[in-house]
Amino acid sequence: MAKKSFVGEIIRGIIKDNPVFVLVLGLCPVLAVSTSFANALGMAMAFTFVMLGSNIFVSLLRKQIPPGVRIPIFILIICTFVTMIDMILEAFLPPMYEALGIFVPLIVVNCIVIGRAEAFANRNPVLPSIADGIGISIGFAAALILLGTIREILGTGALKLMMLWSEDGKLGFYPLSNVPGFSFVPNPIEFPIEPATVMITPPGAFLTIAALMLLFKIMGDRKRVKQLKKEGYEI
Amino acid sequence: MSEVLIPGFMPTEALFPIVVNAMFTKNFLLIMFLGLCSYVGLTTSSDTSKGMSMAVTFVMTMSAILTWPIYHYLLSPASIIGKDLTFLRTICFILIIASFVQLVEFVIRKFSPPLYKSLGIYLPLIATNCAVLGVVLMNIQEGYTYGASIICAFAAGLGYTWVMLATAAVREKLIMRNVSLFSGFIGAFFAATMVALIIVSYFSVVKL
Repeated sequence: MAKKSFVGEIIRGIIKDNPVFVLVLGLCPVLAVSTSFANALGMAMAFTFVMLGSNIFVSLLRKQIPPGVRIPIFILIICTFVTMIDMILEAFLPPMYEALGIFVPLIVVNCIVIGRAEAFANRNPVLPSIADGIGISIGFAAALILLGTIREILGTGALKLMMLWSEDGKLGFYPLSNVPGFSFVPNPIEFPIEPATVMITPPGAFLTIAALMLLFKIMGDRKRVKQLKKEGYEI
Repeated sequence: MSEVLIPGFMPTEALFPIVVNAMFTKNFLLIMFLGLCSYVGLTTSSDTSKGMSMAVTFVMTMSAILTWPIYHYLLSPASIIGKDLTFLRTICFILIIASFVQLVEFVIRKFSPPLYKSLGIYLPLIATNCAVLGVVLMNIQEGYTYGASIICAFAAGLGYTWVMLATAAVREKLIMRNVSLFSGFIGAFFAATMVALIIVSYFSVVKL
């Protein structure tokens, strides 16, 4: 296998192997939690923790894991990290824990995490696995936050920008305008559109992801046509 | 801390709302978004979606039967051990489900090789199907009695089945019309939008 750079692996995880739009894996949390920007951010953070932890440990143990029982072992490793983030969220960020609900324990059956353990971390050394974990997590987070932002703007006509921030010793998701340095940002940002409530209901989630995939497909097709024309084909 | 009690065996809850919730208003695929990987992957034909739905319904019901006693008699603070081991629930449940799926895989491979072939990679993936883990976690969260949790799991399986079949029907039509822009995953999501809109708008008019 050709040696790839650390940054190259990260970028591949974000664009070429984007977990949501290209691999179409792990859709459950993407659609369920993307009702608002803040929820999407929290889910993305929990996911990143599990993804990195599982990729590092699977990669470290790849020579010890017997191939016949690798999937149960992956699940146990992932489950350990999921239990950890579950307890961390319950202790330090109770509102986020309530909002994400059942979807935190369900990261354990997220196809992307197992898929990357099987397809990448089990065959590669630790450093590329970390890069892969970071790339896939950023790709996942980008898709989640994109969906969350679109649905919140179209569904409520406003966008509440939240950030993980500690206010008088209490860690939590606070409006971005509370964070020093960002106080010029209005919260919520109002948009001059009629809110369509259907966008924050479940059909809205399916509609948004279908529309986004259609958009990416059309863009990809155009790019391919342009490239073929450049190579001298008649279309 | 409040006293934790083990719920009884016989259902004391009203069962009709539980069934309607699990099948329609809180449908696992379209409203709760659980188990979507198999949904977009297998609804390309009604045959595979039929087989997958049967397998999922069976695994859901059986894992509800198996996990409830284990949670309430081994892990909960009111159990015979008397310690709060609830943080182990995810690991325990996933192990139970995975071993049970292995059993189902053996049975299907032995008795129906064509079905085994058509389910392909998705059969071992039932173990990592969020819908199965979701239904047992939700039963525990809601504090259902044994009877109610089994009925809820079975109804959730039926809800999974009808959505799979309905979407497969829509997608088969789309494939036959050969609309290239809406092929594959995009078609699946547009089909899902339509079916989900039906549920949401029907139950916003007809209140339970």
